[in-house]
Amino acid sequence: MAESAPRPVAFRGGGFQPSPRRWAPWLAFAAILGLWQAASAAGMLPSLFMPSPVEIGRALGSLAASGDLGRHLGASLYRIGLGWTLGAAAGLAVGLAMGLWSMARAVGIPVVSALFPIPKIALLPLFILWFGIGEPSKVATIALGTFFPTVVSAFGAVDNVPRNLIRMAQSFGLPVAEIVRKVVLPGALPGVLSGFRISASIALILVVAAEMIGAEFGVGAYILLTGNLMQIDRLLAGVVVLSLLGLAIGAILGRVEAWLLRWR
Amino acid sequence: MDLRLSGIAHRYGDLTAIERVDLTVGSGETVVLIGPSGCGKSTLLGIAGGLLAPGAGRVETAGAAPAGCLNPLTYVFQDFALLPWRTVEGNVALALEHHPLTASERAERVDAALALTGLREFALVYPKQLSGGMRQRVGLARAVVVRPAILLLDEPLSALDAQTRELLMADLLAIWERERTTALYVTHNLAEAARLGDRVVVMSRRPGRIKDTLAIDLPRGARERPEHAAAMADLQARLWRLIEDEARVAEREVADG
Ligand SMILES: Nc1ncnc2c1ncn2[C@@H]1O[C@H](COP(=O)(O)OP(=O)(O)O)[C@@H](O)[C@H]1O
Ligand SMILES: [Mg+2]
Repeated sequence: MAESAPRPVAFRGGGFQPSPRRWAPWLAFAAILGLWQAASAAGMLPSLFMPSPVEIGRALGSLAASGDLGRHLGASLYRIGLGWTLGAAAGLAVGLAMGLWSMARAVGIPVVSALFPIPKIALLPLFILWFGIGEPSKVATIALGTFFPTVVSAFGAVDNVPRNLIRMAQSFGLPVAEIVRKVVLPGALPGVLSGFRISASIALILVVAAEMIGAEFGVGAYILLTGNLMQIDRLLAGVVVLSLLGLAIGAILGRVEAWLLRWR
Repeated sequence: MDLRLSGIAHRYGDLTAIERVDLTVGSGETVVLIGPSGCGKSTLLGIAGGLLAPGAGRVETAGAAPAGCLNPLTYVFQDFALLPWRTVEGNVALALEHHPLTASERAERVDAALALTGLREFALVYPKQLSGGMRQRVGLARAVVVRPAILLLDEPLSALDAQTRELLMADLLAIWERERTTALYVTHNLAEAARLGDRVVVMSRRPGRIKDTLAIDLPRGARERPEHAAAMADLQARLWRLIEDEARVAEREVADG
């Protein structure tokens, strides 16, 4: 190159690095609520069909004050808790068995593939005929709905445990039971836990749907009732309760995960 | 303890990985096995330690194991094979937990192994917090904690950078000097072979056979001395000539397995 005056090298490596903006989500949230409230105040939204945030907040407040919130939430939580525990425990047992034993896998994969796609809510009328309209049919729907995704995630989690770790354990002469306990199960834990997140969100969907048939209490029943009465502010208050419930479940599972997988 | 492989052959489906290998590693001897990648070195090592059933042939050991030996044939892996959910101490203890030792015997052994590999202050650290070299030291500690008779090392330094490799070679030599362990050491690195082996066995490309064997007379502790530099360079050049053609052909092979 011919001799010439030195030129500075221009910086061109900027961008493509997402940096946190902690205030942005809150601001966006506040802006949406503010616009909504302003539109309601200006009469642009008919309050019968789309009440303002303030009205929904007031409905939520009276729901809590009357003690109905506790009753409805308690009924829903009981059904989720029982159904999810049953479904996840059974699913875990079956999924781990499928991951560990060839026979369980050979039988399990076709059966699970055939039954997994059935939308479990479609079986609620059948369960009502079998178990009656009370709690058992609702719990059974949730249990069945959470069972299959848990099977699939537990099976996949065991299958994904690195082979080299199992070979290592074999090379040190660990007995099979010890390999399962010390290598396979801890190795499968991350997959199992992320399966729990999925099944918990399915349980939330199913409890609302199940409560819309023949339930006196439960957030789903409350939403159906207020809808029939055209009390849209109370209906939306129920929806807010559901989304808070979903957030809370997700946060709790996140905490559990962070603690159990603190080695990551 | 001796390790004797006779008439070993192995196939994966239609692919013949090893054709016919006879190899004896004498007690206290370090045999380095080199060969182009894909020639069946890992397969042979898997067969040697009973992790893989050979298609044909026999694997035998002869002679007494050292006092306190819990796992005569013990591996050190290229990818370290550490349990990420266990601390350094826990990974080393894993090799002992299923043996009937008292808690204090176990703690003593773990502590001695950590001291030998310079890991004492890292006992409670998780693998992800360690550098590659330190992780392989954990792999070494886990191997020596069972007082092995025969070490089977499958490219133990291949995942490490050149400087770390130098440091670990020195550590390995120090451990071998102390424990006089028999070792079968697989690598594709000629410098490692020349530095660590009492004998270097060269394998052909797939299907793997033993192509040649080279005994190295220089004592291992002295090989880094400047006066031996020429002899070492000559040794590496001879090794390279033995595998150059094999490596060239093996490199151009399209995977068909
Ligand atoms: N589990 C397996 N299934 C099929 N082929 C394999 C398997 N393991 C290794 N091979 C093939 O056998 C040959 C020898 O493999 P390996 O013993 O790992 O070679 P090296 O360790 O010398 O690189 C390679 O061609 C490899 O692709
Ligand atoms: Mg290999």
